Amino acid sequence: MALNELTLAEARDKLQSREIKASELTEACLGAIEAANPSLNAFLVITAEKARAAAQDADKRLGAKSGKMRALDGIPLGIKDLFCTKDVRTTAGSHILGNFEPAYESTVTQNLWDAGAIMLGKLNMDEFAMGSSNETSYFGPCVNPWRTRESDEKLVPGGSSGGSASAVAAGLCFGATASDTGGSIRQPAAFTGTVGIKPTYGRCSRWGMVAFASSLDQAGPITRSVRDAAILLEVMASHDPKDSTSMDAPLPNLEQALGSSLKGLRVGIPKEYRVEGMSAEIDALWMKGIDIFKQAGAKIVEVSLPHTKAALPAYYIVAPAEASSNLARYDGVRYGIRANGRDIVDMYEETRAEGFGAEVKRRILIGTYVLSAGYYDAYYLKAQKVRTLIKRDFDEAFEKVDVLLTPTTPTPAFALGSKGGVDPIAMYLNDIFTVTVNMAGLPGLSVPAGFSSEGLPLGLQIIGKPFDEARVLRAGQAIEDAAGRMPIPKPWWLDNASASKQAKVKEAKAVEAKLSPVKSASKKPSSRKKPNASS
Amino acid sequence: MTKAQIDEATVKRIAHLARLKISSQEAQSLKRELNGILNWVAELNAIPTDDVEPLTSIGPAKLRQRPDEVTDGDCVAAIMKNAPKTEDHFFLVPKVIE
Repeated sequence: MALNELTLAEARDKLQSREIKASELTEACLGAIEAANPSLNAFLVITAEKARAAAQDADKRLGAKSGKMRALDGIPLGIKDLFCTKDVRTTAGSHILGNFEPAYESTVTQNLWDAGAIMLGKLNMDEFAMGSSNETSYFGPCVNPWRTRESDEKLVPGGSSGGSASAVAAGLCFGATASDTGGSIRQPAAFTGTVGIKPTYGRCSRWGMVAFASSLDQAGPITRSVRDAAILLEVMASHDPKDSTSMDAPLPNLEQALGSSLKGLRVGIPKEYRVEGMSAEIDALWMKGIDIFKQAGAKIVEVSLPHTKAALPAYYIVAPAEASSNLARYDGVRYGIRANGRDIVDMYEETRAEGFGAEVKRRILIGTYVLSAGYYDAYYLKAQKVRTLIKRDFDEAFEKVDVLLTPTTPTPAFALGSKGGVDPIAMYLNDIFTVTVNMAGLPGLSVPAGFSSEGLPLGLQIIGKPFDEARVLRAGQAIEDAAGRMPIPKPWWLDNASASKQAKVKEAKAVEAKLSPVKSASKKPSSRKKPNASS
Repeated sequence: MTKAQIDEATVKRIAHLARLKISSQEAQSLKRELNGILNWVAELNAIPTDDVEPLTSIGPAKLRQRPDEVTDGDCVAAIMKNAPKTEDHFFLVPKVIE
């Protein structure tokens, strides 16, 4: 097995036993990125030189006899492009931030570097995390490494954390940071056969994360195993004085908790999640999950969450309202791009027209409308009241059960360009099973549990009580144990890579022939939008 | 909230409030999309909420406070670094006062 295909836990253990070096892991990932990125478009920035330097430092530390190995010493990771990374371009997938280079590091990423992790680069995402397919990115869509058995058609990796999910699924990094406002960690994890957990609201600091909807946004990891998610989350989470909503709640040892018993665990099955028109294979997957827990000695309890159906419409009032306010800061004055205008207001309007994409504009307008005079009570206040009811449903359910089991998404990954073109709501419906969890601030985990009839990964979701990530992950481990870990899909992108290499050689030869006798073919044939090589 | 039917003039007014320049063509398609979304969220009307308190935050309603003290500074260059137009540590904007 290639080094980059190890799980994070396996890589860590091999580093600890000095079987491998951090620099070997890093080179394996950089090589895999180089081969895959032209096809997958997962990385927007590749920080190869920084990564190599950090790997050398890690190897020095690991080489020293004394000293304790840090939690993520020498582990190469990818970072979603909405985490501010000092002096490395951060765009949140938007044009409006231009070549913004933060002067500071987000708390979540700082926690990772303090634990010894290595940054490989910044990952593609839907613009400002608004999307469920990674197609709203200014930098072009990211592609799912999975394809159906029958077709070469390109599929979306889900969104908004599409780059994170695609990179982890394809073995380009050992794990990635991601963020989840309505399903943006869990839905792409389900689409790519990876594990993704959105922790309890307040578990991870939001400081230095580009804001979308502040009462819903939460950071979390995407990984190739439940154990990896536990390891990464434990480092990402912290109580941070710089984020007044980050909670000072004790975090148990999540990795250790994976070994605890499931006997007597009460698993709730919310009947409202059996939605109209749900496909038979999603239903069968859910039944499979129920069986797994029965076999493990858990107790299955049917529960009711009566306001499930209201969560998505309420979300599409609350989230755009918060977004319209958060995105007011992009005005062409302090950072990002600026367009010319007759006067200052015209400059603002031109800058924002040029800098924001269609989906972001749509949500800013919805948000502005529902907050505007005369409509606030009818929309925003109403949605907040419904949010109370959604949370109350969960509170009542959790009096009877310890965790809830649901499908993560109503469908497997779909083809690029196939959804949401004319009807934005069709795209929004992707988050029907995940958005409730954000509205109530609960932890939610997606774990791969099987395949669709066409050979695409499908995920199950475990929802837990506030701050009960340990139990959520433990339950997820049971699914992984029974269903088996997802393999890395067949790397079809290697064919593309070798084809384009051959084309490049041909072209270079042609250029050389033309330029002859001038000995130079250093001008590379330009491919489409290349990632920034910053370091 | 009743069935929303916002017109093109409203779309333009909202866009101006949001400081977004939109063309008449954009206003037309946005009118259709926004009406679609607003009519969809109107589903919430069916839910009785008269005696329900709005949920304004997931955590404790009262946020933690910290002493009001200076924790950093002397970073003017870092603050100006990403600005599109500056002069002598000032952000430049189009003339505001005649």
